[in-house]
Amino acid sequence: MSQPGSTTNPSAGNKNCVDDARWPRLLRRGIMENLATLIIALGFIMLFQPFVMILYTYSFITLLVGTLMFIVVSKFPE
Amino acid sequence: MAQAKSSILERSADKAAALTPARMSRSIKGLSDRAVAWWFIAPTIILLLAINIFPLIWAVKLSFTNYKANRLNAVVKDVGLRNYERILTDPDIWLAMQATAHFVFWTIFLQTLIGFALAYLIDRKFRGHAFWTTIILIPMMLSPAVVGNFWRFLYQPQIGLFNYIVTFFTGAEPSSFQMLGSVDLAPWAIVIVDTWMWTPYVMLICLAGLRSIPDYIYEAAEVDRASNWRRFWSITLPMALPFIMLAVLFRGIENFKMFDMVTLLTGGGPGSTTEVASITLKREAFEKWRTGYSSAFAIILFVAVFGLANIYVKALNRVKQR
Repeated sequence: MSQPGSTTNPSAGNKNCVDDARWPRLLRRGIMENLATLIIALGFIMLFQPFVMILYTYSFITLLVGTLMFIVVSKFPE
Repeated sequence: MAQAKSSILERSADKAAALTPARMSRSIKGLSDRAVAWWFIAPTIILLLAINIFPLIWAVKLSFTNYKANRLNAVVKDVGLRNYERILTDPDIWLAMQATAHFVFWTIFLQTLIGFALAYLIDRKFRGHAFWTTIILIPMMLSPAVVGNFWRFLYQPQIGLFNYIVTFFTGAEPSSFQMLGSVDLAPWAIVIVDTWMWTPYVMLICLAGLRSIPDYIYEAAEVDRASNWRRFWSITLPMALPFIMLAVLFRGIENFKMFDMVTLLTGGGPGSTTEVASITLKREAFEKWRTGYSSAFAIILFVAVFGLANIYVKALNRVKQR
């Protein structure tokens, strides 16, 4: 007897596989997470670097975009 | 036999159900396991929402206004993104960010290096290692207020022990330099104190990592005639790395918020050389009473730390999976 909530239904599993296969390759979690990480790292360096004021000015928006992107893309299928 | 047992249980359950008042029975019968679980965790969630999430949302709201907490009757105007714009074009705040970056980078670097080296030594289990572990852990157990005042005396140019120790090694006059009064030395004075206080904490986490490495891996390396150097690079360091990274994460987040030690040692001076972001934030919020402005500043710092923690947790998971 299957537990409530368990995914033993083979058709349900196949449906997920089909959904994952349809997901665009470029929007896969791994690639997008790496991109978001890169943006966060860039924003972080921009915020704390002592060389160019304009980089400091645009650091917060870079950080914010990277962080929000990371939160969203971490829900994407692998 | 099993059937008899189950029928006894069923009968007992029926009896209990019959004794339960009808009103209570109706309300309990409708609850699934999931609903009961929710009832159990609801108080914690409500508390978290009240003390963490609500103030955060409130701070975000205030960051778009000119609200001043000392003028409760004043009209609060919506200023849009002006607070953010001012902070991100203010050279003084930029300097505070640089002071914070200097402090965070050097404290984490030194604490990790010394902490791991100490953990590696303590893990050798020499005679009296338990005693030395306790001695090393003492600074971590002290209050930052005590440590701040204590080091202020140590840094005194005339009577401070620190200057005399430096004199012993370099030959310079004890009163010829001031650790807390010099623009060049004050940032390093704070780095030294924080490293002294928190290296034991890093050491403790690294020690837990080193102790978690099973002996049979070293035995296998010994059979393969791996050198000590090779064992360190191929076994000890990779297996202790998640623990080291965890220590760096904890110390990094903590040092971004560093306030007490810097306030006690230098108060942000001389000039503004040691004015880290948290001190600037406190001045804006509780000396100049620019609550909206300081809320925007707090949100910027929060996003920076949150973003960094995200990257870090991802890196940590990758290391763990290896």
